[in-house]
Amino acid sequence: MRIVVAAKYVPDINTERGFRDCRVVRDAGEGTLNELDENAVEAALRLVEAERESGRIGPDDGEVVVVTMAGPDGDVALRKAFQLGVDRGIRVSDDTLAGSDYFGTAAVLAAAVRKLGEEAPVDLVVTGMAALDGLGSVVPTLLGAELGLPTLNLAKKVELAPAEGSERVLTITREIDDVTERLSGPLPAVLSVTDTANQPRFPGFKLIMAARSKEIEVWTPADLGLDPAAAGTAGARTETLSAAPRPERAEPEIVTDKGEGGVALADFLIRNDLV
Amino acid sequence: MTNRTVLVLLDPATEVRTSVLELLTIARGLGRVEAVALEAPTVEVLAQLGAYGVETVHQAEPARDGTSVTGDERHLPAVVAAGLAAAVRLTDADVVLLPTSFAAKEAAALAAHDLRAGLVIDAAALRDQGGRIVAGKRVFAGSWDTECVVTTDVAVVTVRANSAVAQPAEAAVEPVTEGFAVEVTRSPVALLSRTVRTDTSGRPPLDQAAVVVAGGRGTDGDFGPVEDLADALGAAVGASRDAAFEGWWDTYVGQTGVTVAPRVYIGAGISGAPHHRGGMQASQVIVAVNSDPEAPIFEICDFAVVGQLADVLPQAAAEIRKRKA
Repeated sequence: MRIVVAAKYVPDINTERGFRDCRVVRDAGEGTLNELDENAVEAALRLVEAERESGRIGPDDGEVVVVTMAGPDGDVALRKAFQLGVDRGIRVSDDTLAGSDYFGTAAVLAAAVRKLGEEAPVDLVVTGMAALDGLGSVVPTLLGAELGLPTLNLAKKVELAPAEGSERVLTITREIDDVTERLSGPLPAVLSVTDTANQPRFPGFKLIMAARSKEIEVWTPADLGLDPAAAGTAGARTETLSAAPRPERAEPEIVTDKGEGGVALADFLIRNDLV
Repeated sequence: MTNRTVLVLLDPATEVRTSVLELLTIARGLGRVEAVALEAPTVEVLAQLGAYGVETVHQAEPARDGTSVTGDERHLPAVVAAGLAAAVRLTDADVVLLPTSFAAKEAAALAAHDLRAGLVIDAAALRDQGGRIVAGKRVFAGSWDTECVVTTDVAVVTVRANSAVAQPAEAAVEPVTEGFAVEVTRSPVALLSRTVRTDTSGRPPLDQAAVVVAGGRGTDGDFGPVEDLADALGAAVGASRDAAFEGWWDTYVGQTGVTVAPRVYIGAGISGAPHHRGGMQASQVIVAVNSDPEAPIFEICDFAVVGQLADVLPQAAAEIRKRKA
């Protein structure tokens, strides 16, 4: 069982986030592993662990590889993934990749998965449900389309059936937009998991120590045989024209309830024509 | 107005949701509006589409290897996407608009991938600039406004609810339904089951409501006061992620739950953690009720009551009912 987790380095949502020259500010020290990717890492680790426990693979077999597209600051995200227990971390980096849109990002990640597949077969690609900076939720779908693999999105529950013949089948349950669906598809596949799929583990002391010095592999688009026109600003199908902070909200009107708080609330809504 | 053709996704075709009426209103500002459906629209739906200026409804007839794709499978994102892509090729459309739901985003991504089109997710405004589509978005929990231009010939855009006030066309038209064949490629993904959860509360859907009342940890599991105020206002009810994880309410407002941008958002017993703010900060007017005067939600609200929600909410509901009567 060899699983690739596609992860993103994002600005911490607890910091002041913003834009500079129409690009998201990604200053060192304020970025982190996208919190929702921890659910992806957890899902990947549990699948490999379950395979080991069942005896389908040996106790030392199975691998979880994390791939991210980021500048050198993005190593923070990979180190966090190491702390959780992933085996290998790869950063795809190049100045020409800046400004990639959804399609460019998916093309780069797909090329990295293909390269890993040349070393040894990849059984599954796992992602989080969204990146907390862009919140588009479409890269998993596009990654599946780029790789030509069955895509099972937004899983709340993940079940991997034992092999029937040579085929492994993954079944998910998802609850989206008032619809509950069960979907299945054969491996290799692309899977995205929601923040309700699992509770990510806390890093153990040994892994925290080991994560500090663990090797991070850096790949360039050339290493991936990637067409330069497929990603970065060159490949983007949208161009950001402007980015401006919203005006600060006016000082709020705050009422302390001394028995008339509800009337004050009703009065606020009625006098502002909001009822 | 250009001679642009704008396709609007109508899925399901058995009702016209408010979000679709908003899309039709926005679409009319960009060009000629046509709808794409995956099933036959009802007579009522056609009348509503006509009132909003839709001249043609393209009804996809998806088939895989010569066999018609029927039932629940028609709503699978891959099938919807194939229908949209085929409709764009059929009509030579320039823009495809969809609502912002998880299923619609998936379909939008697949259609854009197929068409090599530019993709914008969660747009709050759309305009024309020299023949190109420019989309406005509110990002980073509603703290920044951005604009981007789609540089490809075709633009696929999901638009967030409440981005426009739905407005019928000046003159109603009589829509014509035209069927068209769609070849769906064989997919290894099997749909084992699909259940639509029907809401019997009579309240508007959370993602489309003009007024939302949400409850958090401060409710201690009792959503009675939240529901009472919501019903006095004709509002939808939501929860914080914490409250939903406790099992107190089904749907939660937040950046991984339902994103809302109503005219009025009222948060009761919700502290306003970043996750929650990411799902509601684009609301026009924000009201908070919390017993903790230091709750972060007070930093982003317009009006707040520091007090017990079990006291404040029922009193507000009673006062609103009294003054509306």
